[in-house]
Amino acid sequence: MTAPILRVADLTVEFTTGEDTVRAVSDVNLEVYPGRTLAVLGESGSGKSVTAQTVMGLLDTPPGRIVAGSVVFDGTDLLKAKEKVRRQVNGEGVAMVFQDALSALNPVYTVGHQIGELLRVRRGMSRAAARKRAIELMERVRIPAAARRVDDYPHQFSGGMRQRIMIALAVALNPRVLIADEPTTALDVTVQAQIMELLTDLQRENGMGLVLITHDLGVVAEVADDVAVMYAGRIVERGTVQELFASAAHPYTKGLLRSMPRPDREADELWAIPGAPPSLVRLPPGCAFQPRCDVAVELCSVQRPELTAVAAGRSSACHRREEVFHGRA
Amino acid sequence: MAERETVLEVDSLVRYFPIRTGLLQRHSGDVRALDGVSFTLGRGETLGIVGESGCGKSTLARTVVGLDKPTSGSVRYRGTDVHRASGSALRKLRRRVQIVLQDPYTSLNPRKTVRDLLTEPFEIHRDVLPGPKRLPRVKELMDLVGLNPDHLDRYPFQFSGGQRQRIGIARALALEPEVVVCDEPVSALDVSVQAQVVNLLRRLQRELGLSYLFIAHDLSVVRHISDRVAVMYLGKAVELGDRRDVYDRPGHPYTRALLEAVPIPEPDGRDTRRRTLLSGDPPSPVDPPSGCRFRTRCPKAQSLCAETEPLLRIGSAPASEVACHFPEGIPSSRGT
Repeated sequence: MTAPILRVADLTVEFTTGEDTVRAVSDVNLEVYPGRTLAVLGESGSGKSVTAQTVMGLLDTPPGRIVAGSVVFDGTDLLKAKEKVRRQVNGEGVAMVFQDALSALNPVYTVGHQIGELLRVRRGMSRAAARKRAIELMERVRIPAAARRVDDYPHQFSGGMRQRIMIALAVALNPRVLIADEPTTALDVTVQAQIMELLTDLQRENGMGLVLITHDLGVVAEVADDVAVMYAGRIVERGTVQELFASAAHPYTKGLLRSMPRPDREADELWAIPGAPPSLVRLPPGCAFQPRCDVAVELCSVQRPELTAVAAGRSSACHRREEVFHGRA
Repeated sequence: MAERETVLEVDSLVRYFPIRTGLLQRHSGDVRALDGVSFTLGRGETLGIVGESGCGKSTLARTVVGLDKPTSGSVRYRGTDVHRASGSALRKLRRRVQIVLQDPYTSLNPRKTVRDLLTEPFEIHRDVLPGPKRLPRVKELMDLVGLNPDHLDRYPFQFSGGQRQRIGIARALALEPEVVVCDEPVSALDVSVQAQVVNLLRRLQRELGLSYLFIAHDLSVVRHISDRVAVMYLGKAVELGDRRDVYDRPGHPYTRALLEAVPIPEPDGRDTRRRTLLSGDPPSPVDPPSGCRFRTRCPKAQSLCAETEPLLRIGSAPASEVACHFPEGIPSSRGT
């Protein structure tokens, strides 16, 4: 495999609200490779979106604070880079698609104006050239009658079409990495399938690295190459999508896979992970998953397990990772 | 399957929301949220309702329990018209048909304790249970839905999302209903918590003999919990049948496309999976297409589809009713 174009190393982010300091992201390591899709899988509060915001430089500080770590894009640490470099990288190096396109787009400008503005500022295009390019980009994300719709406002588009405009904006400067934060969560299932196909087609055409942030195991299984599973701010398991779905090495991943009902199969009773994800303000001692874990032992409530390899390209943060991985626990 | 006793009959239910525009608020059109939906629900049965946003499934939920009035058509619970009943018949009906809402964060009053929230139904229906027996019943309800009865005096914010949904379920069950309408009961919950609530609903159904109208956009959850399934599109039911028939042998092209769009949590074989991608989004319910409402996105549409509206009728599959001029004939299944 070639070198990663984006590498997040030992990232730790805290938030301070009132008296509490909460560690939203702890020791996160991620590598994004050209042409590959990395899925970051997690529930609410797992730290997946904070990680993405930090990479994009969108973290509000305060209340957020980057405690440690680096985000290296193409040899440059973005967390230490000058504002000018940072701005250059955003859009051309790394771009982002957000979940809620309606609030990410400016309601008082036409979509053509918004795409065009980006090209005028960043590429120095003339008004006419930017408009022409905006139409091309809208065609590229398969918006029907793009030439006519370029002068429409965001509210005149459906949810799926708005998400396409977000994607057009994100790919306008040909970024090398595209981060999509729950890009289809707000969409209906038939539209979700269209958007995922569009994203993977664009990735193939450009050789972009794609980071897909999601809670949906189905979406991960359909499009990811590599997967990082997050729980309570930490990566608890990593592996390629085939390996991870075939033999999970962390009880949380295993529990999630077992608890999913399927559209193509029937089951009598669903396996259910007991309890609920922990509050980051009151993390349990030891392993954060231990109170919900069906294979926890005494050690788990005393010592936090580190992310450790179980096989080539596979790692798990579990004291019983070997047994879980080999199906003996 | 033995014939079930019918508890709920929904007949040609229509709900239009008028659009008023201009200074004089002139009636300029209608949002046709529900446009002639009929089905029955048997005792102890779960009927799943699936469809995308704007198909009318939440309007259906609200209308069935009497929170909204239909423009025409009727809902009958054991022969009593939900929207025409009054006096003691209405009070009885309100007890017997209950609803569980989607969002456990907004559907519970944040200033009331669990004790207050669960006692309230007995204060409204005073004749159900005398005062001294209410507290034991509230504790029993908490136990029934898997909440610790010691937490009686906690407020909703002190519970997690899954626990809050359990409070919502306990409230719906307080007056011993026979029919429970569940409107997206798990979609606001974390993935790792959804299975707990689905299992709880199934256990309660078995123990209490409940009938569910289970409304959700998640096709996997609906398959898991339902006996029969109705697929809705733009205010109409386009397919209605036994769960297995609908999922394994979909008769309507929309059902098929909907099922094929659901991502499957199984990376093996993902590149060879059959997938008919629909183009565009569902049209506006203000001005639905003529004839078949699905025809503008349907890969099989012909001129007949624009002229004549297909009615729900028994198709080639044994039990499914399908509203399509050209229903799917060949049995299909997902995967390889």
